[in-house]
Amino acid sequence: MGMTITEKILAAHAGLDHVEPGQLINARIDLALGNDITAPLAIKEFKKLGLKKVFDPERVVLVPDHFTPAKDIKSAEQAKILRDFAREQGLAHYFEIGRMGIEHCLLPEAGLVGPGDLVIGADSHTCTYGALGAFATGVGSTDLAAAMATGELWFKVPETILFRYHGKLKPWVGGKDLILYTIGQIGVDGARYMAMEFTGEAIKELSMDGRFTMANMAIEAGAKNGIFPVDEKTIAYIRGRLQRDYRIYQSDPDARYAREIDIDAGSIEPQVALPHLPENARSVREIGEIKIDQVVIGSCTNGRLEDLRVAAEILKGQKVHPEVRLIVIPGTQKIYAEALAEGLISIFIEAGAAVSTPTCGPCLGGHMGILAQGERALATTNRNFVGRMGHPESEVYLAGPAVAAASAVKGRIAAPEEVVK
Amino acid sequence: MIIQGKCHTFGNDIDTDAIIPARYLNTSDPEELARHCMEDADPTFAGRVQKGEIIVAGKNFGCGSSREHAPVAIKAAGVAAVIAASFARIFYRNAINIGLPIFESPAAAAGIAAGDEVKIDAEKGEIVNLTKGETYQAAPFPPFMQELIAAGGLMPYVARKVKAHV
Ligand code: SF4
Repeated sequence: MGMTITEKILAAHAGLDHVEPGQLINARIDLALGNDITAPLAIKEFKKLGLKKVFDPERVVLVPDHFTPAKDIKSAEQAKILRDFAREQGLAHYFEIGRMGIEHCLLPEAGLVGPGDLVIGADSHTCTYGALGAFATGVGSTDLAAAMATGELWFKVPETILFRYHGKLKPWVGGKDLILYTIGQIGVDGARYMAMEFTGEAIKELSMDGRFTMANMAIEAGAKNGIFPVDEKTIAYIRGRLQRDYRIYQSDPDARYAREIDIDAGSIEPQVALPHLPENARSVREIGEIKIDQVVIGSCTNGRLEDLRVAAEILKGQKVHPEVRLIVIPGTQKIYAEALAEGLISIFIEAGAAVSTPTCGPCLGGHMGILAQGERALATTNRNFVGRMGHPESEVYLAGPAVAAASAVKGRIAAPEEVVK
Repeated sequence: MIIQGKCHTFGNDIDTDAIIPARYLNTSDPEELARHCMEDADPTFAGRVQKGEIIVAGKNFGCGSSREHAPVAIKAAGVAAVIAASFARIFYRNAINIGLPIFESPAAAAGIAAGDEVKIDAEKGEIVNLTKGETYQAAPFPPFMQELIAAGGLMPYVARKVKAHV
């Protein structure tokens, strides 16, 4: 019986020839990640073990990105726990403010993840790296502590849902629209405890940035991981970044899937997910007149260069609506620098946007753009739960960068064609 | 282990932002987190919940972020167990890892009303609704997870393994 990519990576890291969905395995970890919210708890647990060293200082990555640059004294104390631990352990990959980025934009960019890797992160959106053909999944702080100590962790081998995206994408449709549409179809627990394998001609055409966006939101369907087959785009992306060997796994033709879902991607229009669940996806045209107070373009979902290019294409020569605050947050310092060099940042500033140093910031209601009671935001982030961006009686709508930029201009949720003809 | 207490009920898809909003995540102190437990799902919960009581919820409980602060807040608020129709996978893992008893049972989630007195036999996964006189069966844990739970969570288990290696 054949195996899926996910099964093959798990089998290889568990030292097994074959694994089956449902099987509990102990697997070797290639990389373990923590941030300023989850790592302090993990470090506390790690220290209780009385161990002197993490399993491998090259393979433990710490990124202070959620409440940084520190938004208050408590956050500063949390970030300091990471910094002190990184120094004391001699971690090769600790990323300081000014040289960092949002973890899930940063790790692939820094060449820390490659095809066939097994990555765990104490952050649910660790699933982002599936875009590179890696098995990557979010865990909690205690799991991170165990992984830092032993370089291993237990896993239940997930079943896989195979998605095939057919057709050619319409203008302004990107990875975000595909994944919001998909979650709209299967629901926020539609892939609970499963792997989502994304294939089809529309996926082959999709850029790496678009693939990162899709893999990023696999967790929003409850999935354990999202994964893409490796192709020439993947190889082009890792060239010059990844400094070590990697292995490409492909799903066998006779691999077993829990479900196979065919999606006519050519008919998908730009999507918007209504409050308060990512599954409330609609075509932007269907949602009617919805005024907004704030637009956020950024996050580990859509804070990459291509996202900023799309937004700039729409915002060029336009002004942000007088009653809207537009906040643009490049995902990493490198993306920020590239956007600056390409003139994107001046387009945003001339349009009347606030541009921030890389941070999670408003995505999780942390800082840099919290909503007041009754306010409404449209964001390129991944979650629109109650209170996610601020007051429990505020609202978040999710969309891709094209709809976000158009909406910032119009002052209401708008289709890109309403601004750019 | 026998757990017995009054139940508090919640709906489907209770996410970790509702369990412990990110605005309180600049600390990992359990007592402080407990004061805001379930705040965005029910702002009165943290004030009302008594030690040893039980949370009962619908499907996909604990979806969203990987924050272990969510099960930590629930445990520190004194909640003795969570019963749900289903759990999101990271929450499930985290709860087992930190030793918060959880039970998956769609029948129990549907049958238990707010205020019902419930008795759980953790080993058997048997949930008895004393108020209504109904019994529900929770999905049993695989042996490996029983081992983790018996060890008191993941870290005591890892500690044993680490010691064995040295
Ligand atoms: S940008 Fe948002 S979703 Fe991504 S890691 Fe930061 S808080 Fe989490």
